[in-house]
Amino acid sequence: MQSEHFTSTQANTIYLDELKPGEKATIRQIKGTAGEEVHLMELGLLPGTTVEMIKRAPMGDPIEIRVRRYHLSIRCAEARSVMVERE
Amino acid sequence: MAEVSDTYTARESAIDVLLVGNPNTGKTSVFNSLTGLRQKTGNYPGVTVEKKTGIVTGPDGGTLRLHDMPGMYSLTPKSLDDSIAREVLIGEADEDLDVRLIVVVADASNLNRNLYLVTQLIDLGIPVAVAMNMMDNAVSSGVHIDLDALSDQLQVPIVPVVASRQRGIDELRKMMFDRIGPVDRETRTAGSTELTGDGSVLSTEKAGSSPVGSTEDAETETDSTGPAPPSPRVSFAERFPRRRLLGGLLDEALAPAAAWFGEHTNLNEVAQTSEALRVTSSDQALQTWMEGRQEPSCKEDLKRIVEQTRGRLDELQVPWRMLETILRYDQIDDLYSRVVREDRDAQDSLSVRLDRAFTHRVAGPVIVLAVFALVFQSIFSWAEAPMTLIEDGIAALGAFVYQFLPAGLLRDLLVDGVIAGVGAVLVFLPQILFLFFFLALLEDTGYMARVAFIMDRFMKSMGLSGHSVMPLLSSFACAIPGIMATRTIKNWKDRLITIMIAPLMSCSARLPVYILLIGAFFPSMTILGVFTLQGLMLFSMYIFGIVIAIGAALVFKRFFMKDAVPTSFVMELPPYRRPSLKWVLLQMFERARVFVTEAGQIILAISVVLWFLASYPQPDDYDSMTSRSRIQQSYAGQLGQLIEPAIEPLGFDWKVGIGLITSFVAREVLVSTMATIYNVEEADETSVDLRSSLRSEVDPETGERVYTPLVAVSLMVFFALACQCMATVAIVKRETNGWKWPIIMVLYMTALAYVGSLVVYQGGLFLGYG
Repeated sequence: MQSEHFTSTQANTIYLDELKPGEKATIRQIKGTAGEEVHLMELGLLPGTTVEMIKRAPMGDPIEIRVRRYHLSIRCAEARSVMVERE
Repeated sequence: MAEVSDTYTARESAIDVLLVGNPNTGKTSVFNSLTGLRQKTGNYPGVTVEKKTGIVTGPDGGTLRLHDMPGMYSLTPKSLDDSIAREVLIGEADEDLDVRLIVVVADASNLNRNLYLVTQLIDLGIPVAVAMNMMDNAVSSGVHIDLDALSDQLQVPIVPVVASRQRGIDELRKMMFDRIGPVDRETRTAGSTELTGDGSVLSTEKAGSSPVGSTEDAETETDSTGPAPPSPRVSFAERFPRRRLLGGLLDEALAPAAAWFGEHTNLNEVAQTSEALRVTSSDQALQTWMEGRQEPSCKEDLKRIVEQTRGRLDELQVPWRMLETILRYDQIDDLYSRVVREDRDAQDSLSVRLDRAFTHRVAGPVIVLAVFALVFQSIFSWAEAPMTLIEDGIAALGAFVYQFLPAGLLRDLLVDGVIAGVGAVLVFLPQILFLFFFLALLEDTGYMARVAFIMDRFMKSMGLSGHSVMPLLSSFACAIPGIMATRTIKNWKDRLITIMIAPLMSCSARLPVYILLIGAFFPSMTILGVFTLQGLMLFSMYIFGIVIAIGAALVFKRFFMKDAVPTSFVMELPPYRRPSLKWVLLQMFERARVFVTEAGQIILAISVVLWFLASYPQPDDYDSMTSRSRIQQSYAGQLGQLIEPAIEPLGFDWKVGIGLITSFVAREVLVSTMATIYNVEEADETSVDLRSSLRSEVDPETGERVYTPLVAVSLMVFFALACQCMATVAIVKRETNGWKWPIIMVLYMTALAYVGSLVVYQGGLFLGYG
């Protein structure tokens, strides 16, 4: 029962920062141990949540995403703890 | 350190209410609206996290103390701000507060995420009320919230407000006082965490009562003056009905950790269980609790218990690392679907359209530069008139006092020490006021977050983040407001590095020195048809400062802060908003007040000391001396001659030595000191007399020129790198809360300046210049 949201790796997952602007995806997994991933989850990035890539900053990093109806800026390195599956 | 125990708060009210909320929820607007101007800003003891306390007057004249907590997303500590807010909320702070109520400001247009903190706070077992801000934004973006239903579900009162337009504030005020009930100090002397009156929100007994605007509910609670009935331990089986099975297992698994909290802390039972969940889910939370306990055995106990709990959860195949967030968002998503109706997903909001230009790949950076060029231009051109006015006013005051007091020690002290010192403080005010006016304006509109977004990649190369851009850019005008602006940097190590390198940005006080030396020693010739040699020299000095600052940042990061929390840049990009002039002005005057009262004292003291060094001793024939010989025989002059052997390798003689000592007041004092030494009346940086005096100065022994272009470059390098500014030292002491970092700053910058000048001068000699 509780396993549905706790799913780990899936076949078609990519890193969050690999999405192209305008693409939407579903979060499949949050990894990492630095404590940063806890912060991301507290901000609402959880397995099952939909995210949209809005744009990249002028120098390519960080990225702007939209999650739970608000906009978040996150560095590519940090986005690498989030695995997503394109919708 | 300013303690908030001032005249008006101390005795008027003994009841404390905490104001909490995510960043960008308009919490400060709510605070200002509730308290008016009856507020006081200071620091939390021992740290430089801003502490704001205000007095709220109720409908019947009663008062309460409202504490504005730093903005936070969760009770899991991440930054210094978070930790402070967390300590106060869970009653672990040193302060003796009688917390009766937590008011959470939530952003209605961003309800989902805001509810995370709301549910965490409810689980503290202290009465909670919600001020639902920005209801208008929510509606216009297609979000309709059934507040009554939400209030029912959460079992807390909710008041809709639009703080920026003062709507709903009176209702919020009334609700706060209703919740607290009649002020009754005698029966309520227990500490905050003892108050479990509303702990029952977690059970289902009181379901159905709608506490919005209902005074009934509040009164029945607060009237019960006897000991509060023991609140039941939180049951996760009831708490998370969608995960009843897991909840039951959790209740079991978390019991030992909850028991530890029961034994070793004064948390109430509700908070014991939610802390047990938090330390199981987060190493940071665990670490924070362990650091807070003295006895090693007690720490080890907690660690062992948590490891056992995690082991148990592993057996159950429950990923403990995500547990708290998953459970809470599960509950929130369920709640959200029941109380919120979204009629459309307003993708193409005004903010999104504005950001097409403001964070555009090409236009974005151009706009950032244009905005800052505009801000600096206005600081320079608008601040100049009031600065001249202040200088003239101080000079007139000095002349007035000089005229009316008899000659002597008192007059000298007042005119040349105190009044000049006050002048040295006040002359920075116009720049501080202008800069903070613009910074507050840019912050309030939401544009500052975009600046950080655009510049983050560049700052990352210095080991910093986008949050450091604005303080460092501000430091080109003046390091003092720049350093004061570092408060927006959440990561303490990042903030410290930014403070330490801010004075390397070429501030406006270096300009007179550069102009004097460049004008005196470099011909006004044209290079490549468009550039002048003098202009290029000046530009190089600015670039030089930036390059050294980048190097210094990397060295600090690499060698002194190895164990630092890695710089992260997870930042909300809030929607653009119309700025509130009231808030902007409040922010501006607050910064000015802090500078004048706190840095001012130190600046004044150093001024008096330097005045003494430059004016004494006064032997019998002092009156008949020329001003040149007066300063030569003064303590400052003696010091200059004393350090001459040390600064000779840099190309400086003892006269420059005096300048180096006196210009610690402020860099531009070098100009007037040199003028005094060379007996030039009414000199300023463009004065031809002073320039030609410098150029024609000849060494009496060797007959060679004392100042060559090489010496001028060496001196400029020294001024670019040295911490020749007592106001900077004073403000660093204030912002880092101690003398350690200002002393390190003076030492490292002086060392840099010495080595820099040495390399320039000796290298120049070696290459045959000078």
